[in-house]
Amino acid sequence: MSTARSHPLNTAAAHAALIIYTLIALFPVFVIVVNSFKARKAIFREPLALPDAESFSLIGYQTVMKQGDFFGYFQNSMIVTVVALFFILLFGAMAAFALAEYRFKGNTLMGLYLALGIMIPIRIGTVAILQMMVATGLVNTLWALILVYTAQGLPLAVFILSEFMRQVSDDLKNAGRIDGLSEYAIFFRLVLPLVRPAMATVAVFNMIPIWNDLWFPLILAPAEEVKTLTLGSQVFIGQFVTDWNAVLSALSLAILPVMVLYVIFSRQLIRGITSGAVK
Amino acid sequence: MNYRTFTATLLASTLLAGSAMAQDVTLTIESWRNDDLSIWQDQIIPAFEASHPGIKLNFAPSAPAEYNAVLNSKLDAGSAGDLITCRPFDASLALYDGGKLADLTDLPGMANFSDVAKSGWSTDDGSATFCVPMASVIHGFIYNKDAFAELGLQEPKTVDEFFAVLDKIKEDGTYIPMAMGTNDQWEAATMGYQNIGPNYWKGEDGRTALIKGEQKLTDADWVAPFEQLARWKGYLGEGFEAQTYPDSQNLFTLGRAAIYPAGSWEISGFNGLADFEMGAFPPPVPNEGDECYISDHVDIAIGMNKATEHPEETRTFLDWVASPEFAKLYANALPGFFPLSNEAVELDDPLAQEFVSWRDECKSTIRSTYQILSRGTPNLENETWNASAQVIKGEESPQDAAARLQQGLESWYTPGQ
Amino acid sequence: MTDRPRRRWHIAVFLAPAVLVYTAIMIIPLFDTLRLALFNKGDDGAVFVGLRNFATLFGDPNWSRQFWNALINNCWFFVIHMLVQNPIGIALAAILSNPRLRFAGLYRTAIFVPTILSFVIVGFAWKLILSPIWGIAPNMLDAVGLKSLFSPWLGKESSALTTLALISVWQFVGIPMMLIYAALLSIPDEVLEAAECDGITGWAAFWKIKLPLILPSIGIISILTFVANFNAFDLIYAAQGTLAGPDFSSDILGTFLYRTFFGFQLQLGDPYMGSAIASAMFGVILIGVCLYLFGIQTRIRRYQF
Repeated sequence: MSTARSHPLNTAAAHAALIIYTLIALFPVFVIVVNSFKARKAIFREPLALPDAESFSLIGYQTVMKQGDFFGYFQNSMIVTVVALFFILLFGAMAAFALAEYRFKGNTLMGLYLALGIMIPIRIGTVAILQMMVATGLVNTLWALILVYTAQGLPLAVFILSEFMRQVSDDLKNAGRIDGLSEYAIFFRLVLPLVRPAMATVAVFNMIPIWNDLWFPLILAPAEEVKTLTLGSQVFIGQFVTDWNAVLSALSLAILPVMVLYVIFSRQLIRGITSGAVK
Repeated sequence: MNYRTFTATLLASTLLAGSAMAQDVTLTIESWRNDDLSIWQDQIIPAFEASHPGIKLNFAPSAPAEYNAVLNSKLDAGSAGDLITCRPFDASLALYDGGKLADLTDLPGMANFSDVAKSGWSTDDGSATFCVPMASVIHGFIYNKDAFAELGLQEPKTVDEFFAVLDKIKEDGTYIPMAMGTNDQWEAATMGYQNIGPNYWKGEDGRTALIKGEQKLTDADWVAPFEQLARWKGYLGEGFEAQTYPDSQNLFTLGRAAIYPAGSWEISGFNGLADFEMGAFPPPVPNEGDECYISDHVDIAIGMNKATEHPEETRTFLDWVASPEFAKLYANALPGFFPLSNEAVELDDPLAQEFVSWRDECKSTIRSTYQILSRGTPNLENETWNASAQVIKGEESPQDAAARLQQGLESWYTPGQ
Repeated sequence: MTDRPRRRWHIAVFLAPAVLVYTAIMIIPLFDTLRLALFNKGDDGAVFVGLRNFATLFGDPNWSRQFWNALINNCWFFVIHMLVQNPIGIALAAILSNPRLRFAGLYRTAIFVPTILSFVIVGFAWKLILSPIWGIAPNMLDAVGLKSLFSPWLGKESSALTTLALISVWQFVGIPMMLIYAALLSIPDEVLEAAECDGITGWAAFWKIKLPLILPSIGIISILTFVANFNAFDLIYAAQGTLAGPDFSSDILGTFLYRTFFGFQLQLGDPYMGSAIASAMFGVILIGVCLYLFGIQTRIRRYQF
């Protein structure tokens, strides 16, 4: 490790800056979660106060829990997110490697082609996508969502991963080639482990829009058995728009799983980052 | 042999189970009323299924903001449900013209509805009707009875009395006089402009004259509602510019505001939230003794997806929706949504009964922008939202707003064509 | 890399899965829709009208006024992200990447939390906080004696867009932070140690050594911010509704497109004009991305470790 020294004053300033920003980042979440545990009148009287014996109430959660199969919704969201992420990372890394590693005709054009998808909102292609899913019988299956999210996530994955792959040392790869490794082995055994930080980053970036998406679940898979958590909880966000106890509880419940998921992924992310860096 | 028998039995039982399943037809209902989910699940669907064995219903609502986009995408791709909840006027007419909604003119139950009730879901010439009318909503003002009693106030009959009442509430300072904000814009137009307007433009007379081109939005009768709206500003809560629709609902139901410019659809929600007694008065008339007009707007209907695989069962359900039995069930399950069928329905809810009683005293009309006039670009309804909000905030004068609306309308609409 | 004369099938193998899935599920549906920009509704179905929809979009004041308004608002939305979101993200990443910093994991997780929230939650929470009615923001300003600074920001034409942009910055600052953080961590220690031997430490090390090394990543976050901002609309939908009030002051290209394409309330969806707007948006974004790909990306010096 380096011998970088840090001045105590600098350290204090760094902590101060981070603490301030952390407070800013968490404050709105705090407001929602705290108020979800309060009786309706108390929400409006003292929105910042912690619930006390008098104002504590679980009425919102009771209302919300009566509706829908939350565990099932959660499972659907998990399957869709994890499977789509797997395909995005695998296909995306392969394509990114081809673009970053080999000089061939139309390389830049291919890069541009693969980036087109993030330049047009995919929702305007909804009808064509839905027609395709109806024709193939995939409507109301999780596969419809997995396919769309995979396609949707690829441009960003290729974009970020190819940038990182350009930074992998040529010497290493050429050494591999001299040792007789095939191009596939070079990719899977040498390059992929080195870009793990970028892979983890791409995973987290793609996870969020997939998990939070409302549009495609609503169109492609609205049936009860394949409902995602976001779609499931959205129903009563609309339904109880005036019943803020229920709204706040529903929102708190929607925050929780994605937080847990992120904490799990973020461990991988950091482990990936630290072990991936060439030290 | 044994093995074979076993297989045969298995096969037979599977087939039997299959055919037993096939007897039950499940109809899916597309709707934007996700608020009504529990009412459909607990009351309407069981009532229908009890009297119609073999038909099952699945109520599948999406949020109002997304409904049109979601429904149109599904219809285009062929994955929409059997029954389609119909928005009034052009949104549904376009679906009918596009061959997505079936013609229901010959449905026996249609005889239960007047032409006015069917107007929202008929072709312009009235020759074909494609949705069964379910309910209308009425505009007016809901008020906090306790607050009125405390301040010694009476329901205002005229505009002058109305502002006198508002002045008194403001002077006292305990309550915000009126709960409305302009952040979401539509309340300004719907609960503002369309609520108070019919008294000035004389309901149906003015509305049809506007469509025929005999009146303009710059005429005094059409500017007057904007002039009244401009006066509302002083009586709204602090920071009303950023006040949202749920904010307003909560301000009123928590007892912090005295008057709520309302649509009758609020009743069922407010009943559960307010712990004071509520009353309601119709929009005050300009002068003592004037004939009063109310916005009794056809709001919701239900039609048949032309591509449904079960047209017979779907029509059976629609005929039931047209029956007095459904009207009674729906009106009482959802106080504030008033049945459109000719049969009179007794309402249990006093506030809803108050609203519906205005039908006897005042002349009914529908919202001025809904029929024909919002077909082009710029869209008159959208422009009216914007203009009403701008006028209330004082960012635009009533005359300028009216002139802008008229100019936008003229740019694409030629009456009589 | 040496070019060998034999056919290099592995390139095709590496590209094929991504290209296939992406082409079938994104490119074909998208361009099938964009094609509609050249059509309009006729007596029986769609009629080819050439560029007439674009003539309407840029020539008819009803449309062009909205389009330019949305484009200008969108540029401002982007400027705020570039000036606020990315510097804050880089600064946070720089502080966090100090290996001696304690609780770094905690901070990093906390600061990333807004990014994982859905727009529904973000819109609701900030409307609640900034609401003049429920008084969270006014009371907090009051506590520090600055109550006079409060105004209903989301409801005012002058401040609505900036407020929404800052909310969006708050939500997405985690993205540049994470990318830069990953980039900073992948700088080999030898490089920094060598610099230290030359007496370059602390902020000087950041400016002179680390910043040039992470320039490619800054390039990526800039272009990602650009693309995301010019496609954005969810937050404004959740907070201000379809008409992007007040008086269209928070209307950006995405909200304009969505409103036109899918319709709303009494306005019927118009896939033809909607596709024309989408094509125009696509043009704007494509120009920006090409500038980046051919103008900047090829010139950035990259260091291989």
